[in-house]
Amino acid sequence: MTAIRPFGLVRGLVIVGALAAFPFVFNEHWLVNIGVFTLMYAALATAWNMFAGYSGYISLGHVAFFGIGAYTVANTFSVSSPLRGSAYSFTSHAFMSIGSGYRPFYVLPLVGLAVALLSVPIGWVALRTRAITFAIVTLTLLFVFQNLAFNLRGVTNGSSGLSVPTPNFPVETYERPFYFAMLGVLVLGLLLSWHIGRNKLGLMLFAIREDEEKARGLGVRTTGVKLVTFALSAGLTAMAGGVWAYYLTYIYPQFAVDPLVMIGSVVPVFLGGRGTLWGPVLGALILVPAQQYMAYRLGASELYLVGYAAVFVVILLVLPRGILPSLGDAYERWRYRGARVTVQPEEVPAA
Amino acid sequence: MQTFVQAVILGVLTGGLYALMASGLTLVFGIMRVINVAQGAFVILAAYLSYSLFGHLGLDPFLSILLLMPAMFVAGVLTQLVFVRSLRGEHASEMSLLVTWALALGIEGLLSIGYKTTVRATNTGYANKSWTLGSYRFSEPRVYGFAASVVILLGLYSLLRFTRFGRSIRAVVQNPTSARLLGVNERLVSALGFGIGAATAAAAGALYGIVYPFNPGSHYDLISRLLSIIVLGGLGSVGGAVLAAMLLGVTESVVAVEYSPTWASMSFFAILILVLLVRPQGFFGLRERVL
Repeated sequence: MTAIRPFGLVRGLVIVGALAAFPFVFNEHWLVNIGVFTLMYAALATAWNMFAGYSGYISLGHVAFFGIGAYTVANTFSVSSPLRGSAYSFTSHAFMSIGSGYRPFYVLPLVGLAVALLSVPIGWVALRTRAITFAIVTLTLLFVFQNLAFNLRGVTNGSSGLSVPTPNFPVETYERPFYFAMLGVLVLGLLLSWHIGRNKLGLMLFAIREDEEKARGLGVRTTGVKLVTFALSAGLTAMAGGVWAYYLTYIYPQFAVDPLVMIGSVVPVFLGGRGTLWGPVLGALILVPAQQYMAYRLGASELYLVGYAAVFVVILLVLPRGILPSLGDAYERWRYRGARVTVQPEEVPAA
Repeated sequence: MQTFVQAVILGVLTGGLYALMASGLTLVFGIMRVINVAQGAFVILAAYLSYSLFGHLGLDPFLSILLLMPAMFVAGVLTQLVFVRSLRGEHASEMSLLVTWALALGIEGLLSIGYKTTVRATNTGYANKSWTLGSYRFSEPRVYGFAASVVILLGLYSLLRFTRFGRSIRAVVQNPTSARLLGVNERLVSALGFGIGAATAAAAGALYGIVYPFNPGSHYDLISRLLSIIVLGGLGSVGGAVLAAMLLGVTESVVAVEYSPTWASMSFFAILILVLLVRPQGFFGLRERVL
């Protein structure tokens, strides 16, 4: 509820403007392809941070919503949807006749909304637990949904996967629509995060992160606050999943609900800074191109997996607070250099 | 009825193996509030080592346990010292999940390089033998595996119950601060506790390799079950983990026989969700406010 700072506004516009200009400046396919994945992880990280970074609840099951979003889009536009011929045939035909092209992007907000609603009962069960138990329960949910993706053949076509027709976008700029769709999801995530961060909801989330009991004692409706944010975050994650499914045109259970995507959307947040607005984006901008390059150079997935794991461990052990908070500290120290500091925060006796 | 009882027998035999893996995992949590997501990867690593020892030296997997347990104990202590100890701050528990997850990915990657991703199994002479008792069949490797799990679990129980070291472990589980005040070296207990967790994974891995085919990616399959087991049993409760592991084994096996193998693992997850609705702390868990 503070006034919009002009510096912050300019910074946001410059960053988003630079991201939007990227495919026009570098129009090689492989570069824009890396760009699509970078923006996808930036969006996933931003969505994850909005809930986990703000509330302190480490959800390790978010990729389940990514998968649900992917399967929703794939089922709506698939030529071979297993839902056809069942009671759903009318709706899927209705959507089918719309065809593909840019249409899947237009239904994306609906997908996000639907998954946000769907995530409420799931979040409600998971949020009955706290802290580490919540992390474990959500991680279990990841495996539950992966299992469902394999077994609910009527919806997902099981391990044979689902295909979405390849759109007839112009070949030379084929990746651009997906790039801008991902950018759209990211900007939506940033706007929501920014809005939450400067409003009462954000204050309540931060209070929960610091001390949930005290927050509750002061009248914060903790369950409601957590659930609303969980749902928003899940909806955004699903939207990114929808674009992803359309971009790949073929999805399989093990990639739609993939533990690697989960950890790939968490680590940028840790790298950039939890609970900050730009941290997750910064983390993704550093990590994803590096990761894609590594995948390209190391090729064989085994070495790549080892490299990936090593990078994660180093980030978590060396920079657990993240780049932006660490830079913030350094800036504060520089600003107050030479000032006589009488009481170090660490020296304050515990109450 | 015949098939039902047979399914229950199979479920109990399987449950014993899961109990062994889960007991180490939940013990580590009890001591230092750390979840070792790499427990499944440790199991698969041990399964491969035992597979190699059998293939190259003809060492029986049950004998290789005697080698693997101390080796993995040391590896576990080192893991704790290098990766887990340095985590600090209020989110150290959650961070430990991510660090050990990355560790699991690393182990998976290394195993894929060393052994490729083809599915393997330790084919001992008794792998396909079984006894018949009345009209029920008891597969030999599963019975041996169950017996070995019970022996090791009893060993773990005696260690915790009757030794001085076991008493310090239990003290740290109950209250780390008081334990420290009373002179328990918490750091030492944490490192050794992590080692014990890895050692149970080592034993379980050798046994797992006889009963099930595996490949480097199998650890996800294991850890998803192990996490459910320890949440259901109540985090930090070894007894709860054993009970939940038995429940998992029997549920999966009965659903697979009576309904459909596809939904076997889902049925246990369904139970987990129901229990969380009624009793979020699991069977024997502490209230979370305490944790």
